[in-house]
Amino acid sequence: MELNSVLEIVARTDPGMVRTNNEDSVLANATRGIVILADGMGGYNAGEVASGMATALLGSELEKTLGTAGIGLLESSRLHELLETEIARANGAIYQMAQSQPQYAGMGTTLVAGVFHDDRLTVAHVGDSRLYRLRGEDFQQITRDHSLLQEQIDSGLLTREQARLSQNKNLVTRAVGIDPQVQPEIHEHAVLPGDIYLLCSDGLNDMVEDDEIGMTLGMLAANLELCATQLIQMANDNGGRDNVSVILVKVKSAYPARGWWQRFLAWLK
Amino acid sequence: MAKLILSIEGTVLKEIPLLKERTTIGRKPHNDIQIDNLAISGEHAVVISILNDAFLEDLNSTNGTFVNGQSIKKHFLQNGDVIEMGKYRLKYLNETAQPGAGADFEKTMILRPGAMPRPADPAAAAAPASFAETTAAAHSTTVVGMETSPVAAPAAVPVPLLGAIQLLSGSNAGKELELTKTLTTLGKPGVQVAVIARRPHGYFITHVEGTSFPVVNGRALDAQAHPLNDHDIIELAGTKMEFFLKS
Repeated sequence: MELNSVLEIVARTDPGMVRTNNEDSVLANATRGIVILADGMGGYNAGEVASGMATALLGSELEKTLGTAGIGLLESSRLHELLETEIARANGAIYQMAQSQPQYAGMGTTLVAGVFHDDRLTVAHVGDSRLYRLRGEDFQQITRDHSLLQEQIDSGLLTREQARLSQNKNLVTRAVGIDPQVQPEIHEHAVLPGDIYLLCSDGLNDMVEDDEIGMTLGMLAANLELCATQLIQMANDNGGRDNVSVILVKVKSAYPARGWWQRFLAWLK
Repeated sequence: MAKLILSIEGTVLKEIPLLKERTTIGRKPHNDIQIDNLAISGEHAVVISILNDAFLEDLNSTNGTFVNGQSIKKHFLQNGDVIEMGKYRLKYLNETAQPGAGADFEKTMILRPGAMPRPADPAAAAAPASFAETTAAAHSTTVVGMETSPVAAPAAVPVPLLGAIQLLSGSNAGKELELTKTLTTLGKPGVQVAVIARRPHGYFITHVEGTSFPVVNGRALDAQAHPLNDHDIIELAGTKMEFFLKS
């Protein structure tokens, strides 16, 4: 099923105000409903290599499989499996590269990847790159960071407000390419027409408060390009200490994999 | 590296680097920071360090622990906090908290479970090692493969002047709107909308939606952001308004 008439997608990445290189990578394919964002880490250009490999490898495999097979109504579990397999594969490739080439030793990347299918969005993430959703007035963080701070918030050691004051930002507890195995977190969410999704690297959410991000999405929903520019500009105006990447997805209408009749038949089986 | 500076009545007694995960404070000799004074409980308080953060906890002391004048049980220490116990003061200083310090401060790093380093482990606290060294240490420490990058002083100087819009035509003519937020949208959704962004160096207007673009001082804008100057006249969705800076 082709989704380019249903999804409007804008992907943007910016080095920020301090860094000379950009270790973030973004990939979007509106036809297949695929969005991927990765924030690399590692010395020299290793971070770029890791995030670039993650988006390219995962993107091409997802495009290939979704292009030929198409994931239907009853096949959510297959999509889940597909994401797991392909993230494992990308992890293996980055890990191998890091092991075999000294200049890439220790490189890794965070990852947040979404696949839109059948009025749903399946999201896989590793590390602290995030997915947010604006639905009506409600702006919410959908993914939960794999980070030291999130663990401290969960354990009650820190409140969300205190976490903003922490000096332990940017410490992730999971990353792609660091170990031979990686455990992505994968969830499926119902999608409604009018929803706006935001994938971003910590360069955005560390520099701009969630309220401000949500307000920007709400105000500039009619013009996603401008919205992306504005978000990056806000991060840079606040200091732009890290690379900033955003992918915005606007859902223009419903996109069930089959009509109601096919759904009914499938239900009978 | 974070540290505490112990003083009494303005006289500095000593400086204690927070090297351990738990730094205990009390009257008894086994404490890391011993304060031999009857106003201090045997085990008075403890500072728990987690990498670059530190938490102060009062251990049910008789006379209590105060931070910046407030009695606390548990407190997330911030650079410059003053801890008081009896007549003694402990000032908390965390150099990494200063902007520009800690070259790798903003770099994303992986933290390996079960291998948390000691808070002020010299290897972790020192400037990032060369690549080969970091790799070699990858199995024993949690911090892997960082590169030093210069950190500039943060930008974000607040807008010195507050901007506002006054409507010049329409039923609400004369009405004034202060532009206090980062973004303010103007116009009619679905017809014509523009946004005014408040940035560190001034206000900017940009077209958002609609077939016609806003007109500033008689000239139609393009898709780019346009800086607003004092007394600019904006025409938008059939309404005329003036942008001005308040002093």
